[in-house]
Amino acid sequence: MNRRALLFITITGSLFAQVSFDRIIRADKEPHNWLTYSGGVQSQRYSALTQITPENVKNLELQWVYQARSLEKFEATSLVVDGVLYTVQAPNDVIALDAVTGRQFWTYSYTPAPESRPCCGRINRGLAILGDTLFMGTIDAHLVAIDAKNGKPLWNTTVAKAESGYALTHAPLVVKDKVIVGTAGGEYGIRGFIAAYNIHTGKEMWRFHNIPEPGEPGNETWGGDSWKTGGGSVWVTGSYDPALNLTYWGIGNPGPDWNGDSRPGDNLYTDSVVALDADTGKLKWYYQFSPHDEFDYDAVQVPVLADMQWAGKDGVKRPRKVMMWANRNGLFYVLDRTSGEFLLGKPFVEVNWMNGFDEKGRPMRVTGKVPSAEGTLIYPGNQGGTNWYSPSFSPHTGLFYIPTWADYSSIYVKGKDDDYVEGRRYAGGFPRSAVPFGRGGQNFRKEEEGHGAIRAVDPATGERKWEFKMNDVTDAGILTTASDLLFSGGREGYFYALDARSGVPLWKSTVGGAVASGAMTYSVGGRQYVAVAAGNSLFTYALRQ
Amino acid sequence: MRAVPIFCLILAAAGTLLAQQKYSPGDVEDGRRQYIASCVVCHGPEGESVPGVELDHGKFRHGTSDDDLVDIIRKGIPGTAMPPHTFTAFQARSVVAYLRFMAASPSRGAASTGDAVHGKTVFESKGCLSCHRVNGNGARLGPELTDIGSLRRAAELERSILEPDAEVLPQNRFIRVVTRDGVTMNGRLLNQDAFTIQLYDTNDRLMSLDKSKLKEYAFTNKSPMPSFRGKLSPQELSDLVSYLVSLKGIDKQ
Repeated sequence: MNRRALLFITITGSLFAQVSFDRIIRADKEPHNWLTYSGGVQSQRYSALTQITPENVKNLELQWVYQARSLEKFEATSLVVDGVLYTVQAPNDVIALDAVTGRQFWTYSYTPAPESRPCCGRINRGLAILGDTLFMGTIDAHLVAIDAKNGKPLWNTTVAKAESGYALTHAPLVVKDKVIVGTAGGEYGIRGFIAAYNIHTGKEMWRFHNIPEPGEPGNETWGGDSWKTGGGSVWVTGSYDPALNLTYWGIGNPGPDWNGDSRPGDNLYTDSVVALDADTGKLKWYYQFSPHDEFDYDAVQVPVLADMQWAGKDGVKRPRKVMMWANRNGLFYVLDRTSGEFLLGKPFVEVNWMNGFDEKGRPMRVTGKVPSAEGTLIYPGNQGGTNWYSPSFSPHTGLFYIPTWADYSSIYVKGKDDDYVEGRRYAGGFPRSAVPFGRGGQNFRKEEEGHGAIRAVDPATGERKWEFKMNDVTDAGILTTASDLLFSGGREGYFYALDARSGVPLWKSTVGGAVASGAMTYSVGGRQYVAVAAGNSLFTYALRQ
Repeated sequence: MRAVPIFCLILAAAGTLLAQQKYSPGDVEDGRRQYIASCVVCHGPEGESVPGVELDHGKFRHGTSDDDLVDIIRKGIPGTAMPPHTFTAFQARSVVAYLRFMAASPSRGAASTGDAVHGKTVFESKGCLSCHRVNGNGARLGPELTDIGSLRRAAELERSILEPDAEVLPQNRFIRVVTRDGVTMNGRLLNQDAFTIQLYDTNDRLMSLDKSKLKEYAFTNKSPMPSFRGKLSPQELSDLVSYLVSLKGIDKQ
């Protein structure tokens, strides 16, 4: 073997090493890859890649398109590992593609059980990877491990009963030797949970019930037996702090969604963030954003972690481990992620259901702002000031970016639905809004009836620094890069780049369908790519050569 | 007050009637939406298109109580054209609320004594075709009326003639744009996004405009349709509404 051949093998050997957990928690050190749903366990959806800049972004051009064989919403964020792109074709087909050309390596087709009944589309938001194994949750509430090299299944674990309304829609999170998922189904009277499974066997290692049972702290926040059917779903990926060994997850709405009469109390841990010991699943702390929610304000957003200088009560700035959270309830929060201490809460859209916080950070409700027989106008409306689509935090600009539904309200009419029947919807009356729940079609709305925006917030104060308005609302996540670019889209069918410091639009591409996913970026052979799912296809861009 | 519900006037009128019932205006509004989305195709806007069924008079072939009707709406009626629906119980109850509202309100209004044939003459002589289109005749600037009788109740049509500003549906909104060159255009908004506007203008053109090349653009607050209050005799109004109610769409070959 000559020296050149030996050198080639050495290089490829290092390039195509397995994805160790050490690589995952240091994902920022290899920005050519995108190793988790949010780009890293801190979930900042921020990349250190700088080849594409505000100056040259106008030269972005389409490289390839993957058209999914599915008419469902394409909500998945792809992973890229050393030139191979992995994504999910709805509902649950895993696809491996050449990240440079879009050519297909393999497909793993999974057929969900006919009993599956996800509330809001037969969708999937992505994968996790560890070693040579991919992990996917399915809409029939299974967790499947797949060989990343050949697409063959390795194990398949039943997480929950699909016929009871449980589903898995988010990308799993790998922590050490476990893969963690939570259950969707908050409109079906489930009792949601988060659970960790052995990466090699699929055996359940721990389970945290999002609603405590009698005898556990928090059960007293549920009247009668309402805890059994109280919802508390999970449908967006959590985060992880290696130093604290805590994993953070947002919990969904209580059920029935829009009528809280049957569940008096705060309804813990719905609409909360929970911090769990990653080894045991034990609760370290929680913070509830929306106690006794009747507006469907799921706290199902990505917990964004960062370390920053934070001014204490004495005004002196000190390093602090924080968690930033733009909540569906219309408020932007900063919490201490070590203790859960409430540091800041401020509306980023119009909010009329609360008018401040008590000293512990509990929201103070506005009298009369509850669902009523005649209908009550509530800001933000049912889909929230934001929702599941990823925000971004750029350590380079220091700003937090929120995909926003602005000037958006709903009228909540109080009504009682059927009593609980396993597997049937258990939600109460759906609220009305000038903004339709569905996507697409023509947009005749006035700005004051609801519109989309990207809003940039200074996390130190919660003050808005700039906004980019859209006429239609948005289900698109946000990606920022170290060159101070911001990529996003929306229901208007554009994928675009803004100047992350000013919000000025710099480039756009028509993608012919709603962007309902978060963009990601990677590089192969020294060339940076940006990929985003829109409509039913995956679009990939790079600078013109 | 922000985001005024577009059907608030109907709901306000319904208040007295509903006081006698157990349904709120919100229930009725929800039910109205469900009815238009799922029921109007067969039952018609007045609820009397199915022989033997007069929803506007509370006359049903099967069932009488609210619970009966909820059950029928959800499960359908085997052996008939009434199919099952995927409504939740809450949604089905809101449809029942609207049916009760229909039965308790004067649905026919001016159309009850009208002559549709003469109403066509009124329609054509009063200049309605200069904005509206019926069966391929007339302008496209205002709402197409070829099938308006399949979509709207007589009372709603009467109100639109007398009080056109009372309710302008979002798809009928007008917009005014001024280009950087100083050219002004008016038209019906067809679509809009962060970068562009699409409209149908007063010169019969489909226009797509780049916002960066516009000096200004804004919705026109009032309906471009004039009120015909005081401009029609009671009989002319009745005839005109009857004509509009008779418009059920193009003839199927």
